[in-house]
Amino acid sequence: MDAIQKTLLEKIAGLHDVPQGAYNIRANGKLDSRKTTDNIDIVTKEDKPGIDIIIKPGTKNESVHIPVLLSETGLHDLVYNDFYIGEGADVTIVAGCGIHNGGKEESAHDGIHSFHLAKNAKLKYIEKHYGEGDGEGKNLMNPTTVVELDEGAHMEMETSQIKGIDSTLRKTTATLGARASLVIHESIMTHGMQSATTDFSVSLNGEDSNANVVSRSVAKGKSRQLFLSCIDGNNRCAGHTECDAIIMDEASVSAVPKITANDVNASLIHEAAIGKIAGEQLMKLMTLGLSEKEAEEKIVDGFLK
Amino acid sequence: MLELKNISFSADGEEKKEILKDITLSIDESFVAITGPNGGGKSTLAKLVAGIYTPTTGQILYNGVDITNMSITDRARLGVSFAFQQPVRFKGITVKDLITIAAGKKIGVSEACVYLSEVGLCAREYINREINASLSGGELKRIEIATILARGTKLSIFDEPEAGIDLWSFNNLIAVFENMRKTLGGSIIIISHQERILNIAERIIVLNGGSVERDGSRDEILPYILKSGGAACSTLTEKAVK
Ligand SMILES: Nc1ncnc2c1ncn2[C@@H]1O[C@H](COP(=O)(O)OP(=O)(O)OP(=O)(O)O)[C@@H](O)[C@H]1O
Ligand SMILES: [Mg+2]
Repeated sequence: MDAIQKTLLEKIAGLHDVPQGAYNIRANGKLDSRKTTDNIDIVTKEDKPGIDIIIKPGTKNESVHIPVLLSETGLHDLVYNDFYIGEGADVTIVAGCGIHNGGKEESAHDGIHSFHLAKNAKLKYIEKHYGEGDGEGKNLMNPTTVVELDEGAHMEMETSQIKGIDSTLRKTTATLGARASLVIHESIMTHGMQSATTDFSVSLNGEDSNANVVSRSVAKGKSRQLFLSCIDGNNRCAGHTECDAIIMDEASVSAVPKITANDVNASLIHEAAIGKIAGEQLMKLMTLGLSEKEAEEKIVDGFLK
Repeated sequence: MLELKNISFSADGEEKKEILKDITLSIDESFVAITGPNGGGKSTLAKLVAGIYTPTTGQILYNGVDITNMSITDRARLGVSFAFQQPVRFKGITVKDLITIAAGKKIGVSEACVYLSEVGLCAREYINREINASLSGGELKRIEIATILARGTKLSIFDEPEAGIDLWSFNNLIAVFENMRKTLGGSIIIISHQERILNIAERIIVLNGGSVERDGSRDEILPYILKSGGAACSTLTEKAVK
């Protein structure tokens, strides 16, 4: 790993060096390093780019890091990663993609992540996207996430895209079995001419399944954001989707929540709010000695945290 | 020393309503209470001093410096603190964050906890709470006071700090003000409707209908207020008389 890749790793995973536990580091479209444990196997796919991550049933308190680092300009990286979380396992997976584009060409990473959680498995999945670069080349990221939760499985997904991605289309689809639950927290900040679209589609198929999809975003400059969230309640279930956005400058934000109940015992709620930073919030922080700009930063940082 | 010279203020809007009318005051005492009927202009006056509003006419001086057109930030940095009557909520900003901002420097959890304990909050339970809709009104009020303690400036203005604070804590609150007065020097201005707060003030100013109705030492003003107790609003009484 070179110095640029090390900074990217720090930005997306908070890591200064190789992580603890199992990991698979992909740099510039190739495997950089990998470590497996007794309970966690990582296998390179034979038919297409990507890996299978197989976690044995009952594995507890282990983690897997799978960062992707791009530091060459003009690289279009595409990976298919499949995660199999065994029955009753309880693990954390940290993924993320960091792009440093110092050149004139477009860099892109498209990741298709599929999660298969067996009965009563628990997963915390954290994904961070970050782009930087001094060149004119654009950074594109189009992550697709497919989630299948078996009976009683629980997944918590935290995704964030805080800086430097010029264009993103993130698609997440999930199907939930009986008593399965899914919690998604997304945070997005766009600036300049960036555009971000997020598209959630959750099917609550099992009895007593429940999902909570929460998005917090800040749009600055002339950036544009579109938030689509669709929850289908096909059984006795509970679903909640929430989009909360701060709009600044000349940005544009749309929120399109859609909830569909196909069962009389489905209980679904959507909430969406878009607005600028409240003047009284700025004033309060200014009375504590912050400049208007500093106050704005604190409010935005807190909101996206 | 805070000086207001011929301050008038009208809110923008359809009809220019004059909220404060030609107010001249100079405040140098260590503990001053401002009271008077609802809508009398107390909060407006405090906001003018903090820089949230700019007076339509008149001048504000702080320690001889003309701050009339100074920004909120610059006044804060000069040493003016203001606790809001209705504290602001923030999504994502924690109690620790806010106290750190108020202190103006990196402070440890233990230091932040000192301020919280002073206002009667069990620090451990609150330090990482977000200042969002989940906090009760009284909790929010206390945190607001804690931020002013953390700032520790020479001029602190509290807008109805006792509102929503339970009886037990009320005694402690008075102790907090007494303590601030001893340690900080400078002036504490408290806007209040509470007799027990007026009771510890050196000087009491009564604002009514945008003007100073009474101004003097506690011994002079308090009996007057207590006597006119029921007649808090002169317009209502006048109407009643007619
Ligand atoms: N921005 C504004 N626009 C129009 N009118 C205002 C504005 N701010 C205050 N007022 C009016 O000015 C008057 C004084 O308000 P202010 O909040 O200063 O009263 P107060 O003395 O603090 O009252 P209270 O004891 O109820 O807190 C009120 O009649 C209020 O409705
Ligand atoms: Mg008021």
